[in-house]
Amino acid sequence: MIRMSESAGSTQAREALQSAARESDAIAVERTLAGERDAFRVLVERHSQQLFRLAYRMTGNEHDAEEVVQEAFLRAYRNLGQFGSRANFGTWAYRIAANYAIDRMRQKRTEDARRQTPSALAEEQEQDPLDLVPDERPTPDRLAGNVELRKKMEQALKELSSSERTAFVMRHWEGCAIEEIAAVLKSTTSAAKNTVFRSVQKLRRALEPYVGARGALQAKAAGAAPEPRGTEL
Amino acid sequence: MKHLTEEELIGYREGETTQREGIAEHLTSCTACRTELDRLEAVLSALDNLPLPERGPEYGRAVWQKIAPQLPEKAGRGWRAWFEPRRWVAIGAMAAIVIAAFVAGRWSKPRDSGAPAASVAQVRERVLVVAVGEHLGKSEMVLMELANATPPAPGQKQINIAAEQQRAEDLLDANRLYRETAQQSGDAALADVLDDLERVLLDVAHSPQELTPAKLESLQKRIEAHGILFKVRVVGKELQEKQKTPNSAPAPTESKAGGRNKA
Repeated sequence: MIRMSESAGSTQAREALQSAARESDAIAVERTLAGERDAFRVLVERHSQQLFRLAYRMTGNEHDAEEVVQEAFLRAYRNLGQFGSRANFGTWAYRIAANYAIDRMRQKRTEDARRQTPSALAEEQEQDPLDLVPDERPTPDRLAGNVELRKKMEQALKELSSSERTAFVMRHWEGCAIEEIAAVLKSTTSAAKNTVFRSVQKLRRALEPYVGARGALQAKAAGAAPEPRGTEL
Repeated sequence: MKHLTEEELIGYREGETTQREGIAEHLTSCTACRTELDRLEAVLSALDNLPLPERGPEYGRAVWQKIAPQLPEKAGRGWRAWFEPRRWVAIGAMAAIVIAAFVAGRWSKPRDSGAPAASVAQVRERVLVVAVGEHLGKSEMVLMELANATPPAPGQKQINIAAEQQRAEDLLDANRLYRETAQQSGDAALADVLDDLERVLLDVAHSPQELTPAKLESLQKRIEAHGILFKVRVVGKELQEKQKTPNSAPAPTESKAGGRNKA
């Protein structure tokens, strides 16, 4: 995966580490395919945290995220023969997890929609007037600590389509290259780029009333331009 | 002055390199666009501060402990599976049967051209009878073992059926070929039994490797519900009888089992 905003030195060091890890991943894959089931353990232990982070951000809850991680590894094991040894196991498992998380989100949405009664829906959508009162605490840290704002952010993420959420998580938080996002979404790179754009736009529309003005003031006070992302979208 | 579009601002913030320098230059001189970018930045920064539950280095071990009992003995090999020795054994066995049937047909070609077709067909049928008989015998063994498997001991939570699964999977390839051959040769009764057997073998092959007593019982009930053991035994017997009668005319399996199947 391509990460963003890094210095040349740290990029080189990271690439060297990634290359070593890929090599040992490839050995573990070969050994697993040769019938050594325990060799797969190395891969599970090495990539679980990364998959959990992705799964949590995509599903929004720990229980679902843990299930996604486990299922992703089970699927990877069952289909290990289809994995080309020249590819990166981490990226491959990451894609499996992302795809499974998308399926799970869609399934959950359908179930939720079926379960949700009209009155419950209206109640959920009802705006608490207190939520509209501007918060005097200005920093993003404090804002995120604000329970109400946190709920708003979680809700805004929940309202993204599964593709939009995937694109946002992979691009903004995981720093994935657009080609990688396109591969997971099974779309073209320009469609994936549009999905990233749409997700950010929707989040902005939903959250700006709560954080926009204060954030702008704070940024102005800081006086520096926000650090843009470094690698190609 | 023409302001930046929202798409350009989002692209710039999220690492878009197209026209990057131009956008950066515009931002230094346009307060309105700069404010827009700040607003966007505020939203994204707030999102960045959403808590992310930590999973320590021991998490990978915990995941392994959870999935290890569910992993089949061998990892899925995809297309590589076609190069596995067991596949070649099945394919080789089928090829041998076809060649044997062909050669036998050629050798047994009677000088008297009165009844050539019947003789060739007889030999081919005999070869198939032997192969299918053997296949049914092996299948019966696997199903018998599963049907008679006892629930795990009190201290043991699950029973491992990996060995039976592997054998069921090995038998599936041959079963498909025999079923198709039986269908093509018009032996509907044999094809029916092989079709039922295929379903049960698939069921076994796709069951979890570790079964709880309840799941084992459910699998045993499914085997029982198909009545497959009985059918396999009856057809196996019929085929044995055919093997014993050297000059029997080729005839479809009479299979009482097939009849029962339909009933």
